[in-house]
Amino acid sequence: MGEFIDALAIAVKAGLGFQAVFLALLAIGINMQFGYTGLLNFGQIAFALLGGYGIAISVSQWGLSFWLGVLIGIAAAVVLALLLGLPTLRLRADYLAIATIAAAEGLRLVFRSVSATPVTNGSRGISGFNREFVELAPWDTGRRYSILGTFWSGADLWVTAVGWTLVALASLLVWGLVRSPWGRVVRSIREDEDAVRALGKNVYVYKMQALVLGGVFGALGGMIYALGTGSTTPDQYQNANTFLAYAALILGGAARVLGPVVGAMLMYFIIQFADSGLRSLIETGVIPEGLLTTTDVAQIRFVIIGLGLILLLVFRPQGIFGDRREVMLDAR
Amino acid sequence: MPAEPIPTGATASGGRAPARLAQAALRDIPWEVGVAKPDPTIVVDGVTRTFGGLTAVSVDHLEIQRGGITGLIGPNGAGKTTLFNLLTGFDQPDGGTWTFDGRSLGKLAPHQVARLGVVRTFQLTKALSRLTVLQNMLLGAQGQKGEGFFSALVPALWRGQERANTEKAMELLRRFKLDAKKDDFAGTLSGGQRKLLEMARALMSDPKVVMLDEPMAGVNPALTQSLLGHVKDLREEGMTVIFVEHDMDVVRDISDWVVVMAAGNVIAEGPPESISQNQAVVDAYLGAHHDAPLTIEDEDRQLAEAEAAIARESDGPGTGTDQGGKAR
Repeated sequence: MGEFIDALAIAVKAGLGFQAVFLALLAIGINMQFGYTGLLNFGQIAFALLGGYGIAISVSQWGLSFWLGVLIGIAAAVVLALLLGLPTLRLRADYLAIATIAAAEGLRLVFRSVSATPVTNGSRGISGFNREFVELAPWDTGRRYSILGTFWSGADLWVTAVGWTLVALASLLVWGLVRSPWGRVVRSIREDEDAVRALGKNVYVYKMQALVLGGVFGALGGMIYALGTGSTTPDQYQNANTFLAYAALILGGAARVLGPVVGAMLMYFIIQFADSGLRSLIETGVIPEGLLTTTDVAQIRFVIIGLGLILLLVFRPQGIFGDRREVMLDAR
Repeated sequence: MPAEPIPTGATASGGRAPARLAQAALRDIPWEVGVAKPDPTIVVDGVTRTFGGLTAVSVDHLEIQRGGITGLIGPNGAGKTTLFNLLTGFDQPDGGTWTFDGRSLGKLAPHQVARLGVVRTFQLTKALSRLTVLQNMLLGAQGQKGEGFFSALVPALWRGQERANTEKAMELLRRFKLDAKKDDFAGTLSGGQRKLLEMARALMSDPKVVMLDEPMAGVNPALTQSLLGHVKDLREEGMTVIFVEHDMDVVRDISDWVVVMAAGNVIAEGPPESISQNQAVVDAYLGAHHDAPLTIEDEDRQLAEAEAAIARESDGPGTGTDQGGKAR
């Protein structure tokens, strides 16, 4: 039993850690783009990569201050959103999807390429850029802290605290926007662009605003991740993260302010708990050794998560916060 | 010409004068293609649109009378919807000019056309399913301060305007008998109710010209009557209405003027009662030979006509169309 409670504690920590913040910020961005505006951004991780590297390159390679690095990361994300949006937002939704997925993969490959090594340090990545950030912490970052049975290093706690503050601010911003007439316009664009055009709204501008805003949230997520791990390598920013964020968004409920946040927490909790929980069950002998060994756990946990998502879509397609009537409108 | 007074039944709002004005103004106009109207609001000149080798629209000259209801009819594929798309900026023509109140509409994006006061509805109704009926309506209002990205974050800037718009929306919804549904998702409405909602939504923008693409399609007869009443009301309020419709009874009932298109061209214009007698229109709808076997008498008559035509042509260049002659 003790092992099981430990496993639970590990999972709770994962659900609150900076990885969950990272996923939550990616998902908040996707929620703005996909959930409210209907834009298919399949390369959200590219924005996170630019955010993370924005700080890393500015601080470690160029010797700039941390805050300037943050600004550069955000600016890079805005530029990427504009570059992706300018040619594709006048076209059908699929074009943005293709452009973003290609950009995400392309950017990662460029950042790890040999020719980019002088700036990005290739596939080994950059580290040692978060000192200035960690020093901002109001508590002793060298100590370890115990909170509700989970243990945190001071630095981790600081990144996590800043991260969840960002999540709260981002959610507040999204909430403020979507309840306003602006939010009504973007939700209408999701439903039918032409109808909105016929009513005198410049659809292109609204789509661009949503794309840029979502991209900036993604960049903030990438920054938190880079600061949390203390290093950036191109392969941290695999595009699988984008789809994990989509899964989190759908789990929590799309087009709901808190959907992506709770979805991301739960997602990390489940991933971690499927791992640590299974291990504890095997170690205590509840699951016989012949059926499953601890080495199988890493693979089998994703089977369990996949199964869970399928069941979710069958029995609760609207996610945790969604409105079932709203989702079912599409079903006919 | 039999100037039959078109009865404005349904929702008589007392002020029939504007309707009569448009009708009276159009009374003495000859029934000719491209004829000048006394007070045109939309003027189309030489607009063509081709899709590959197909000429979808090729209109030499067309004027739409202000404050009247103009019906646009024609067989399937005649280019009616394409013309609508061109006029509202949803499609760009290969050439030609068209103006609204003297302002050129060429090269304008759809939202710019809408802001000038020309709103349209769609053949396939575009209700915004996952928004409530009231939200659908509020979207139609123009010049909303809260629709800017930054001003959206300061409710104090737009709250008052929002309240006024909501009042206006509720008034329209009551008129269209949708007020009980205001909090339902638009996606739950029936086809006819969606048509009503789309029309009401268009009216939220206080348009000068309303373009309705098949407003009665798929609507049950009872609702058709109420929709007709609403369309007539638009005219009473001084709006110009252009609508595409297939149901000839509807067209005859509400139009002040009918424009017939076939194969991209305007083939006839005139008051509704002139249209069914027009040979070009009958030919366009039924085919020149009506696809029926000819009787011997018919054959003889057509032969005689053809010979006469050849004889006339050899005399000199052909003079005028037969429609012009019918006008008086």
